[in-house]
Amino acid sequence: MLTLEKRPSPSRMWTLLTPPLAVVLTMIAGGILFAFLGKNPVESIRTIFWDPVFGEFAFYYRGQLLVKAAPLILIAIGLSLGFRAGIWNIGAEGQYIVGAICGAGIGLAFYPTENPLIFPLMIFAGALGGWAWAMIPATLKVMFGTNEILVSLMLVYVAESMLASVSSSLLRNPEGMGFPGSRNFKDFPAAHNDYLIESAGIHWGVVAAFIAVIFAYVLLSRHILGFQIRVTGQSPRAARFAGVNPSRLILFCLGTSGALAGMAGMFEVTGPAGQISIDFNSGYGFTAIIVAFLGRLHPVGILLAGLLMALTYIGGEAAQSTLGLPAAAIQLLQGMLLFFLLAVDVLTNFRIRFGKTEAA
Amino acid sequence: MDLSSINPLILLASIMVASTPILLAAIGEMVCEKSGVLNLGVEGMMITGAVCGFVVAVETGSPAIGFVAAALGGAVLSLLFGILTQYLLSNQVATGLALTLFGLGLSALIGQGYVGIKAPVTADVNIPLLSDIPVIGRIVFQHDLMVYFSIALIAGVWAFLKFTRAGLVLRAVGESHDAAHALGYQVVLIRLLAIMFGGACAGLGGAYVSLIRVPQWTEGMTAGAGWIALAIVVFASWRPWRVLIGAYLFGGVTVLQLNLQAAGVAIPVEYLSMSPYLITILVLVIMSANRSRAALGAPAALGRVFHASH
Repeated sequence: MLTLEKRPSPSRMWTLLTPPLAVVLTMIAGGILFAFLGKNPVESIRTIFWDPVFGEFAFYYRGQLLVKAAPLILIAIGLSLGFRAGIWNIGAEGQYIVGAICGAGIGLAFYPTENPLIFPLMIFAGALGGWAWAMIPATLKVMFGTNEILVSLMLVYVAESMLASVSSSLLRNPEGMGFPGSRNFKDFPAAHNDYLIESAGIHWGVVAAFIAVIFAYVLLSRHILGFQIRVTGQSPRAARFAGVNPSRLILFCLGTSGALAGMAGMFEVTGPAGQISIDFNSGYGFTAIIVAFLGRLHPVGILLAGLLMALTYIGGEAAQSTLGLPAAAIQLLQGMLLFFLLAVDVLTNFRIRFGKTEAA
Repeated sequence: MDLSSINPLILLASIMVASTPILLAAIGEMVCEKSGVLNLGVEGMMITGAVCGFVVAVETGSPAIGFVAAALGGAVLSLLFGILTQYLLSNQVATGLALTLFGLGLSALIGQGYVGIKAPVTADVNIPLLSDIPVIGRIVFQHDLMVYFSIALIAGVWAFLKFTRAGLVLRAVGESHDAAHALGYQVVLIRLLAIMFGGACAGLGGAYVSLIRVPQWTEGMTAGAGWIALAIVVFASWRPWRVLIGAYLFGGVTVLQLNLQAAGVAIPVEYLSMSPYLITILVLVIMSANRSRAALGAPAALGRVFHASH
């Protein structure tokens, strides 16, 4: 008989070991899944996890890695602050979309002006848009105690409708022959989020992601606000005694994650995506939840987890074209990863004992 | 704009059809939450139920077997959530989210060969005599069996929770798992059953979308219905008949906005289609603004991890 015994404090070793363990388990389960789909499991897993970094065409894929990882890291860093304090913003996808609309909208309003101040202004507008969108659940939570999970999620669908609306009316390209979608930012240098180093895939969004990681690290380990976030997550009651103002924390955590998600959306739409269109968003806001957990809600962990998740996107695309693996299989693989992570997490907080424990 | 093209009879009749998926998912989730488990994976279980039901119904040609398969599919998926939260003691919020992400991926994978196929037709039951009543007969008594099943399910859940011993035990587990455990009730087993009931109901709700409401399979077709079901449980303050009222209200809003779209009202389509979500938010705000009442309805142990230390 197996019994679980609660550890006095979470195991430091298992905290570090569980994410790699979950990845290995996901690879095994994914291999079995691919075998069922009639693909060679070893080859599929190698195509997804190994070839993009070390394979023959790695020089191309390596650049893509940072492009895909940047929005995931940027969003996940914001989410992790809230998740640590038990504030569940799961509507990052909506904040990402609204940030993109605001940032791109400001930029397009200046078309075709060439001024170096336009791009910084767009970054600000994107962050502001995402922040404002996240302040809706935050304000409702603070004022009425409304569940932020449901409100932030409902707002994703509202944002998607808004995106459909602006891409076919307000921000539609006037020279686009009536097709939905905005002007392409490639034709508008002042507002284009161009590569700073093309071969490495570094654009301003990647720079912002690195800055966010550093800021979050300093905030959590050195700043009183970071301490308050950590205390609230571990014991809300103790946090009250420590003088934490829960409302302020909710506004800060949701607001920051919204601003970061909005910024990520703005960088994406003016760079890799290129234009506002009905489906420019590719679910990064939801995948970032997996990234945040996989990175153990720690900034450095999120950096690594974001790169890994980007790898599954890139490897998944490669596997789609070379092995004919369905796109949904990759989505399933990512979901599986979160499941395995939550499952093996039991080892962090509990000790497994074999045999019956003596009566306590 | 031509509002006269909206036939109020058909409008009212279609409310019952539009509400049934949310109603089924919400009543299942309510039972689950009554046992103290917050399962945020309703959307994932619904979409899995939708694809399981659709695939099986297409392959067998029988919608009835499809619905059974959908319930099974939802229950099996919810069992994953159950094992993780009850035996491996994972965080219920995170695990529920994982279930939704996993379910969306799984359903897309299962359903990829079935896009664009029509589902076998589910016959409406024309209850003799009753369906001949003018006006009311057309609105209430000419639907498919699942509509009536969902209402019977509400009644069943209500009676179960109110009048049976098992229902009392379920509520006890949801109010205080430690007390229930001390009395010798098997908290984990009871919760697992409640989770699976929730999964089966969500699966049925999903299958109703793919087999009757639409009836086709497209990726992500439940479009947030599972999340609205979660909101309705809050709206209903965990009471079965209020779940019915809540679901029909939302069904009404959905149908009305679809009819307004069809009638070509001057409001852009995008604003109409965001209305059900905005109204959900509004209702949540109204419900939570009255804090004392909201707190009364919620099971006290909702979302808390149970670990029997001895």
